[in-house]
Amino acid sequence: MSLTVDDVNKIAYLARLGIDAQDTESYAQDLSGMLDLVAQMSAVNTDDVTPMAHPLDQAQRLRPDQVIETNNREAFQAIAPQVEAGLYLVPKVIE
Amino acid sequence: MQWETVIGLEIHTQLATKSKIFSGAATAYGAEPNTQACAVDLGLPGVLPVLNEEVVRMAVKFGFAIDAEVADVSVFARKNYFYPDSPKGYQISQMDHPIVGIGHMDIEVDGITKRIGVTRAHLEEDAGKSLHEDFHGLTGIDLNRAGTPLLEIVSEPDMRSAKEAIAYMRKIHELVQYLEISDGNMQEGSFRCDANVSIRPKGQEEYGTRTELKNINSFKFVEKAINIEVERQIEIIENGGKITQETRLYDADKNETRSMRSKEEANDYRYFPDPDLLPVIISDELRTQVRADLPELPQIKRQRFIAEYQLDAETAGILSSTKQLAHYFEALVKSSGCDAKTCSNWVTGDLLGVLNKQSLDIAQSPISYERLAGLLQRIADNTISGKIAKQVFEAMLNSEDDADAIIESQGLKQITDSGAIEAIIDKIIADNPAQVEQYLNGKDKVFGFFVGQTMKASQGKANPGEVNKILQGKLKR
Repeated sequence: MSLTVDDVNKIAYLARLGIDAQDTESYAQDLSGMLDLVAQMSAVNTDDVTPMAHPLDQAQRLRPDQVIETNNREAFQAIAPQVEAGLYLVPKVIE
Repeated sequence: MQWETVIGLEIHTQLATKSKIFSGAATAYGAEPNTQACAVDLGLPGVLPVLNEEVVRMAVKFGFAIDAEVADVSVFARKNYFYPDSPKGYQISQMDHPIVGIGHMDIEVDGITKRIGVTRAHLEEDAGKSLHEDFHGLTGIDLNRAGTPLLEIVSEPDMRSAKEAIAYMRKIHELVQYLEISDGNMQEGSFRCDANVSIRPKGQEEYGTRTELKNINSFKFVEKAINIEVERQIEIIENGGKITQETRLYDADKNETRSMRSKEEANDYRYFPDPDLLPVIISDELRTQVRADLPELPQIKRQRFIAEYQLDAETAGILSSTKQLAHYFEALVKSSGCDAKTCSNWVTGDLLGVLNKQSLDIAQSPISYERLAGLLQRIADNTISGKIAKQVFEAMLNSEDDADAIIESQGLKQITDSGAIEAIIDKIIADNPAQVEQYLNGKDKVFGFFVGQTMKASQGKANPGEVNKILQGKLKR
């Protein structure tokens, strides 16, 4: 399977990545190579293999339902670009 | 052309845990902005989510209650999108392996029972809140809600009218509260609903193109939003147009739905298994525990009320609609020793009337079941008449006293002493010779006049049975 330049641009947009136009072609080739590798693996018969959702063959550990966090707003907001009335301020997201 | 409406609902119900789904921050409603958003909720680098065991237990409980398959293994996935109220750049949700699989919920509309399929229910984290007003052209973000556990319950497109959709939504709402997995508070956003709506010519198998109505947060608006959207779709199609698959927002003020501006790409969420979380295994031990904890479900309670107390279906439905109300009713029957019919009349009529008027729920009732039982016992033993009982009930609303104290202090005890009633009647007969004559000449209706006058003269305290008996004796034709 080979990705086009358009595919690469779309993926980059979805991930909000800025890429240089001159690099797009080589990204397309690299990514296509990876997909080829996946295609090669897909060709193996895995009928009797249970799919794994995670490379570690373990179950998720659970924690008790307890509130253990305290209010650290001041510390967190000290590194935020802009805050007001306890809120983080961001560029307007609706018109 | 006859059109058929097809509706599927996605209900987000907030699970009533103390802490968040993947962090130990509090979920309490109404805190100062961002005081309950910890490093995990903020998506700061280097943190790891750890799943809350109570969230898993609650989801399993819901699964059992709708007769669904509960997965042995379920997997969390990342749903990728960028929006400032979701600081990680993705929402942790479930895609291919939800915790609850296919189940069902029976609804009743116009006396007909219908089974609605539940496709799945999966766990996910809620996003934060955006405040768009008045921050010098900027948006304010409160992340207290980010990471709050949600159970998203997805139905099959099995509903054929807004009425059915409401009935289904109410049943799910009732159930999550019964199971005590959610407070169901719609004002606070604990129970929200998106509706997928399409139309098709009656008789056609194939579904039409659907639109998704977002975040409709009251039962009333669900009905209105669906009906107005169906009208819109019919009009477009009948004018030769086509429905665009899109997300629409219901505007309650204008009673219309409108398209939410959204780019094509916005729906490309690129789900993949979250590498920060391992698969969740539901053990046999947990299953056994949850089954043992399962309360009597509303549907079953309703049937039992009909059988055990000989209630009609509607009354049984009202009384079993919440766990607290059902308990109030059963405790009242037991402690008053009165028949269930009398108890149900007082609860559904007088008591719920007052509670509705004052927007209270049964837990906030100004009259406990013990006090109401005391009142019903005084009716049963003829201390007071049913009419006087209403007066005592009114007085109880504004006082802590029990029925006996109010009857005593207001002198409301029924007069059963026939001598005293006779004296009243004798005076009325003497004062109204014209009416006596009319009655003796065959005008039966006048009998009611004498009963009324006697009750009035006794301030409602004369025993009506006794009054009738004595009057009949004295006015023999």
